[in-house]
Amino acid sequence: MTTMSKAINIIQSSFVPLNIENVDTDQIIPARFLKATSRDGFGKNLFRDWRYLNNNESQPKHDFVLNNPKYKGKILVAGKNFGCGSSREHAAWAIKDYGFDVVVSSFYADIFKSNALNNFLLPVQVSDSFLQTIFNAAEKDPTAELNVNLEEQTITLLATGEQEHFDINVYKKTCLLNGYDDIDYLLSIRSEIEEFEAQRPL
Amino acid sequence: MGKTLFDKIWEKHIIKSIPDGPSVIYIDKHFIHEVTSPQAFSGLEKRGMKVFRPQQVVATADHNVPTMQQHLPIKDELSRKQVQQLIENCKNHGIELYGLGHPFQGIVHVIGPELGITQPGMTIVCGDSHTSTHGAFGAVAFGIGTSEVEMVMATQCLLQSKPKVMRINIDGELNNGVVSKDIILYIISKISASGATGYFVEYAGSAIRKLSMEARMTICNMSIEMGARGGMIAPDEITFEYMQGRLFAPGPDQWEPKLTQWKELHSDADAKFDKEININAAEIEPMITYGTNPGMGISVNGKIPSEEEIGEKEKPHFVKSLQYMGLQPGTKIKGKKVDYVFIGSCTNSRIEDLRMVASFVKGKKKADNVEVWVVPGSKQVETQAQQEGIDKVFQQAGFILRQPGCSACLGMNEDKIPAGKYCISTSNRNFEGRQGPNARTLLASPLTAAVAAITGEVGDVRDYLSADEHIEHSALTTHD
Repeated sequence: MTTMSKAINIIQSSFVPLNIENVDTDQIIPARFLKATSRDGFGKNLFRDWRYLNNNESQPKHDFVLNNPKYKGKILVAGKNFGCGSSREHAAWAIKDYGFDVVVSSFYADIFKSNALNNFLLPVQVSDSFLQTIFNAAEKDPTAELNVNLEEQTITLLATGEQEHFDINVYKKTCLLNGYDDIDYLLSIRSEIEEFEAQRPL
Repeated sequence: MGKTLFDKIWEKHIIKSIPDGPSVIYIDKHFIHEVTSPQAFSGLEKRGMKVFRPQQVVATADHNVPTMQQHLPIKDELSRKQVQQLIENCKNHGIELYGLGHPFQGIVHVIGPELGITQPGMTIVCGDSHTSTHGAFGAVAFGIGTSEVEMVMATQCLLQSKPKVMRINIDGELNNGVVSKDIILYIISKISASGATGYFVEYAGSAIRKLSMEARMTICNMSIEMGARGGMIAPDEITFEYMQGRLFAPGPDQWEPKLTQWKELHSDADAKFDKEININAAEIEPMITYGTNPGMGISVNGKIPSEEEIGEKEKPHFVKSLQYMGLQPGTKIKGKKVDYVFIGSCTNSRIEDLRMVASFVKGKKKADNVEVWVVPGSKQVETQAQQEGIDKVFQQAGFILRQPGCSACLGMNEDKIPAGKYCISTSNRNFEGRQGPNARTLLASPLTAAVAAITGEVGDVRDYLSADEHIEHSALTTHD
């Protein structure tokens, strides 16, 4: 199995509230930045067109949350249906490269969720009301912190102790806690794959 | 209990299931392109591995290729490098590549079906969310991320949890001038851009049965726009007729046994779906989107919702969206002036789409205020359009017929809509900046796009048809 360094379990941090629904992967990383052939460096173009006017880094849009120095942390909290649209894994790479380890939302698009998990970016799904509680907390106190515990499958708003349980399938949880890739697992059953191929009718 | 079409195919491809976890699913066909494959190849090489089953992988260059002067070296350095890397990767791993200059080059979801590579009963993946297109043949086809592309390259398998299955029945007669793009835009407007997340969707009903393969592909293509991982339609005589004789379809000696297998591919009468939706085809009018997700669609004769009609929770998104689009709540969309018309993309760039546009445009001229780009889905579509004289119709109308690629659907190449301009587009996404930074996209059918090309504004195709003139998909397939 591969390196343990990717493994995640407990993340406690302040968070960045992005209170917008249906954030699609074209916003997370616009198509014109998909020409790279490596996985690195996408963070600087994360939400590029929401962050900068005229595609110009010296013209940050001050009303966009990533440009608000009050909000920072390893957790991105976003509105419902996060990551919809294109399957580009570059979206997960950009979020992770920017410095986030966790995304919190009340609903995720399927492909984004798989991509996030494959990159050790934990998508935590909470109820609509808990999401609202988190957004309210950020408004009151930008330094408010969340504690995400993968082992226990809990997310806690530290200031008030309000907590929710989140779902994740057992297999994926094991992968994230131990730093395992799906590909390692698939390679380990290669003989079974070959057997399956041999037995298939044409 | 009976099985759904999805279940029948899924179960045949399970190698094993992990307790409380996903299943190992065998993948029959893997399409790749230049944008989402390079990191997968380098991952594989880092492990010192070769592609496991290169004969089951097919490659093309489509996402960032220019659509003019394709015989010249690509001007943009990064695009050129990415395309060059695909060429080298395919060579190193023994993968068939239909790259620029090849007579089969084109948008990955156009060439798979037209070459007969896409077949009923298969599992098909590609690092592209519109892989759902191939489901029109009764295949389980879905988009994947680059890590998953690497998994399939390494093992021809994926770890997947079984999705829920939804059936959408569309019964009854379609109105004149209403085509498959209108059906899918209507469905998404009803169930929202996330209404089918977690599901695979089967489209059924009498209105679907009558559609040509091209029309079915348009519907399955946009399944992802309501969140569904894939869409599918049970194969029937229309499917088999389309497939027969295609280059990679089963040959004469294999045809009958394959046909027997394919005829089993339908949901059993007593199959249970996790969700079922019924739609009356007669309700559907020509559709257009006004906002920045594909669920924000209305009839071309309709009004953009007023703020009061929008729920409290959806309001911020709605307001932001209309602000971006420069449109007013509660106003009519008909008569809205547009600047660009884009006819292309994996949704609507097949020969039937071009024929449909040509049948309306013939003998007419484009409006002075619009620029019209027609981008065929593949070299084969381009060639056929030339053989049928469709290129001349477009030329006389003042349209620019470009060369195959994804083009202005996502603006990765130089085909971008300028900031602030309105584009009626036959593509699949109206997201902010999708067609270029600050470009404003109105999604519609090829017919509605044709109307805008000629009149320069949003209109209802039926206002321009004479009483005996009937435009529909089935009428157009007879050209084949």
